[in-house]
Amino acid sequence: MPENSLPTADTDAQKRGKSPLSLEISGISKSFGRFPALNDVSLHARDKEFLALLGPSGSGKTTLLRVLAGLERPDAGEVRFAGEDFLSLPVRSRKVGMVFQHYALFRHMTVAQNIAFGLTVRPRRERPSKSETADRVADLLKLVQLEDLGARFPAQLSGGQRQRVALARALAIEPKMLLLDEPFGALDAQVRRELRRWLRELHDRAGVTTVFVTHDQEEALDLADRVAILKDGRLIQLGTPNEVYEKPADPFVYDFLGAACRLPGVIEGGRLTVADWESKAPADAPQGRVDVFFRPDEVMFAPLDGAGLAGEVKAVVQRGPDARIECLIEGRLFELEARGPGVPSGVAPGLSLRIKPLRPKIYAAA
Amino acid sequence: MTAHAIPAAPVKARRPWVVHSVLPGFGLSLGITLAYLGAIVVLPLVALAIRPWELGLNGVVHALAAPRVAAALRLSFGLSALAALLNAPLGVLLAWTLTRYEFPGRRILDALVDLPFALPTAVAGIALTAIYAPTGPLGSLAAKVGIKTAYSPLGIFIALVFIGLPFVVRSLQPVLQDLDKEVEEAATTLGANALQRAVRVILPALGPSLVSGVSLAFARAVGEYGSVVFIAGNLPGKTEIAPLLIVIKLEQYDYAGAAAVGLAMVAISFGSLVAINGLQLFLARRGKA
Repeated sequence: MPENSLPTADTDAQKRGKSPLSLEISGISKSFGRFPALNDVSLHARDKEFLALLGPSGSGKTTLLRVLAGLERPDAGEVRFAGEDFLSLPVRSRKVGMVFQHYALFRHMTVAQNIAFGLTVRPRRERPSKSETADRVADLLKLVQLEDLGARFPAQLSGGQRQRVALARALAIEPKMLLLDEPFGALDAQVRRELRRWLRELHDRAGVTTVFVTHDQEEALDLADRVAILKDGRLIQLGTPNEVYEKPADPFVYDFLGAACRLPGVIEGGRLTVADWESKAPADAPQGRVDVFFRPDEVMFAPLDGAGLAGEVKAVVQRGPDARIECLIEGRLFELEARGPGVPSGVAPGLSLRIKPLRPKIYAAA
Repeated sequence: MTAHAIPAAPVKARRPWVVHSVLPGFGLSLGITLAYLGAIVVLPLVALAIRPWELGLNGVVHALAAPRVAAALRLSFGLSALAALLNAPLGVLLAWTLTRYEFPGRRILDALVDLPFALPTAVAGIALTAIYAPTGPLGSLAAKVGIKTAYSPLGIFIALVFIGLPFVVRSLQPVLQDLDKEVEEAATTLGANALQRAVRVILPALGPSLVSGVSLAFARAVGEYGSVVFIAGNLPGKTEIAPLLIVIKLEQYDYAGAAAVGLAMVAISFGSLVAINGLQLFLARRGKA
């Protein structure tokens, strides 16, 4: 038995794929004045799924989260949760646990009072007794590993501790869905990474559907079961972290998910030509003028008589076992990366060589 | 071994009680501060404190125990406290309306709040009297239902509410403005209704500034003279306020008696301000510390 009173999650197999749909968002649009924040967004989340909404600022991800919480009313569209029309429910009745970027704790209440808040504002009939509330708070404090800090005030805690209090407060109401708005945005990198792992474990134990907003692609890919990528209020792609990383739907997603190098090319008769490098075009590639993308660390260096793009090394920066190699290709400077054993020997500034992208992605030219 | 590796021997501070500052001019600026405060604040207060004892201890007790004086002190402090207390909920409501809603004319209303500040108090007194006198528009209405407004303690109360209001509203507005919207949203998602949000989330955040606004309104009301004397009617023992009594005693060349009343006012005011500050400190410490 786990030490907390929360229900435990079912097995992985059940969680991924086979469990029923819990959250159905269809055709949501919302604009602020003349600025469209969300444009016909539709997506689903399965029961107990961890869904990340990923996008640059202004992509509408926070607005979508606020629509789910009921803090924003969409102009059009439908949200269903477990089959129930969610939009017609007032915020208070939705039972969603919301965690804000800046914690939004009640400053004049102790940590324990903060966590108990959702229980103490219930109508008298449904309100748990004082001792039940105290037990529940103690359980939650244990869950977020702040057992001894119940009597403190939020101002006496560190940022990471405050965010854990906010999470405990949201979990106290036994939410049907957990909504997190860039919960780690205000924390430093070290604490972020720690809390990330911990949040995932917490999600798996608590077994609630979780929607997580972030602009940090690493966080989203590391944490979520599925990632929804938004741009300018539109859903661009939805898939598992591996799917979106391996098969980005368009150049924007490719660029957003990691460092990218881009070169123009042409596909004719099944052959791809980029500058002076010709190779067999992938079967599903578009015809005509194309943009070729590759990751700066997915390249192979070869001597001038080998295959690949002709380039000239401008600078080499060694960083432990890894190296950053600045190369001039087609008159443009690219920062390539080589890791560990992949660092080619004898590469030095001034050397001319050939660079072969290992897994180029090809999109029709914009 | 170089010289800078040896830690410098601690220099014995010339004035160990002064925390060293990199800014020059501490001596001069503190000197001016002390001289100025001494001349403007301390000296008159000392004079006030010394003056009544010309009468001797018995004389002072006698002067303050006189029914007319006791009644005036009770009236001034009692009505000031009541007025400040009424201004607390009304001030919260006004500040709330002016900060939380957007409506045409909001800025004009906002400016109107300052009017009791800006108006010369005598002008305010005449205006209030004109309205609340038995012949005035509101006074005659009240008279019909048997309530005497002007020339009664109620009239004084109205004047004190009038002059105290801006203190409460102006202390609350910036706090309400800065209140984090997310905190209220968090309370809503946790299931709190509008009343619970107001009582359990917003009001506690307002606490310290509400107390300071109310105490300012109270302090101002205690010393208020101009707007009150016109509407009060000034019946000795009934509607005569303490500051007016001081003026009357001065006109009768009873300087020591006037100073005795003044000293009593200072003592009571000081006591209540200490108590209020204590409360404020307590409220502010919750959630900080």
